[in-house]
Amino acid sequence: MLSPEEREAIEAELPHYPTKQAVSIDAMKIVQKYRGWVSDEALQDIAEFLGMSTSDLDGVATFYNLIFRKPVGRHVAYVCGSVSCWIMGAQRVTEHMTMHCGSTLGEITRDGRFTVLPIVCLGACDHAPVMMVDDDLHLDLTPEKAVEILERYE
Amino acid sequence: METPLTQNIRPGQAPPELKAYERAGGYQALRKALSSMTPQQVIDLVKASNLKGRGGAGFPTGLKWSFMPKDAPEPKYLIANADEMEPGTFKDRYLLEGDPHQLIEGMILAAYAMHADTAYVFMRGEYKRAAQTISHAIAEAYEAGYLGKGILGSDYSLNLYLHLSAGRYMCGEETGLLNALEGKRANPRAKPPFPPVSGVWGKPTTVNNVETLCNVPHIVNNGASWFQALSRSKDGGTKLYGASGKVRRPGLWELPMGTTVREILEEHAGGMREGVRFRGLLPGGASTDFLVEEHLDLPMDFNELQKAASRMGTGTMIVLDDQTCPVGMLWNLEHFFAQESCGWCTPCWSGLSWAERILNALEQGRGQAGDIEKLAFQTKFLAPGNTFCALAPGAAEPLQSGLKYFREDFERHIREQRCPWR
Repeated sequence: MLSPEEREAIEAELPHYPTKQAVSIDAMKIVQKYRGWVSDEALQDIAEFLGMSTSDLDGVATFYNLIFRKPVGRHVAYVCGSVSCWIMGAQRVTEHMTMHCGSTLGEITRDGRFTVLPIVCLGACDHAPVMMVDDDLHLDLTPEKAVEILERYE
Repeated sequence: METPLTQNIRPGQAPPELKAYERAGGYQALRKALSSMTPQQVIDLVKASNLKGRGGAGFPTGLKWSFMPKDAPEPKYLIANADEMEPGTFKDRYLLEGDPHQLIEGMILAAYAMHADTAYVFMRGEYKRAAQTISHAIAEAYEAGYLGKGILGSDYSLNLYLHLSAGRYMCGEETGLLNALEGKRANPRAKPPFPPVSGVWGKPTTVNNVETLCNVPHIVNNGASWFQALSRSKDGGTKLYGASGKVRRPGLWELPMGTTVREILEEHAGGMREGVRFRGLLPGGASTDFLVEEHLDLPMDFNELQKAASRMGTGTMIVLDDQTCPVGMLWNLEHFFAQESCGWCTPCWSGLSWAERILNALEQGRGQAGDIEKLAFQTKFLAPGNTFCALAPGAAEPLQSGLKYFREDFERHIREQRCPWR
């Protein structure tokens, strides 16, 4: 069941578009904001609310990088792996972070605190390598600095 | 030297609020257009200015606007493409975060010129700060009567909304963007029909890049010949150029259109860092052909770089140095394109993952005789005309030029069965 808050937030998006389906991405992001990810059950509820088939909505969900169909940690660290960051040493940053966390890319750390994910260019190439933790962009990383930053997120 | 696009931007400081933007002359262009220009006159002015699309393709903006049917019933849509996901590109974020009302004013002018009644800023979901900045500015503009019903007492009305996407390179492709806005997978659409005939929800639609739209208020205020005079080339205006990679001062600069590659690289970016040497660069994002030493004195504009078999693209260059493996760089690029392919047409999903596997094998020391030829075949197989959209042909550009300029490096990977940079 969608919660009243989720329902209200999704309804607030509807007047911006001529069709209900147009809010499908917004709706999944709203549910994800409250629950961390989009479960099969949540997918069904959203699809019903929008008058879409569940499989159509799953097709949309799985297309977009920022919709999670699997649970993630309390914080998601997105490490840019695109070309400018790669040139500036992003691979070492990623390796150091996953080693520090004791998890592979996409895996939740044992304490449930983090999921480290690769992401495409974050548009801050003049400060490469970069990463985004939740909503915060972090610039000019070194492997050590990246891990220090992670430690600030409980 | 005039820098109209960035004149209100103070790095590290909050962007101008509505009042500050107005004090700097903001929304004067909108007042002028609504009170003394017909929509057709706005289109004619933008045509005369020779403004070309800053998203990478360089299509003349005024001409694009003229394709919108004048007598078709509403709704008609204008979309600002703020889905900046071209690797190595960071110019639109600067404009979105730095001067949001400049974009909104440009969008209202563009929408007025095309009789559009609804506009969207289509922004990638990762641009969190830009999303806050733009939604605050949209609210301010509604409050002040620049958006909504009867703008500034005229009979022109426009609604403008921010749409936050959820991350996929394909959303930057014009027709992929339209599907994404409809809440679908961002697969490309067959053209024709083109978006001005049948765009989002089957209605007339024009999609313009953020930087393109930001130029419009300045053209309306100062005229077409002023805009042309800003430039050192046939294409009008200034351009946001950038550089990333191992240069001394990576960054972004607003310079006259047609500034040479060398001036951007050596004067603005400060040349190469201590201890590394220049080998080549991608002039405008991941999907442009490499330029090398012999091309450095070319002007960065839409025409001149084409003569060197490359493209200006987004104008933000990615620099390759001699301590970085060119094969590894191409593996990184093709990995990106293979991952971001939407899977809609076979040459793209099949060809790109094939190319990516070969490049990965070369990097892992498992290169085989014939790999270079296979990669060269892929670049032809992925050429324009064989695919629905420009993703795969774009992916072929760095690869085909990389094979040409760094062939010896490819051969060494195969001969030595290792990556010499590891």
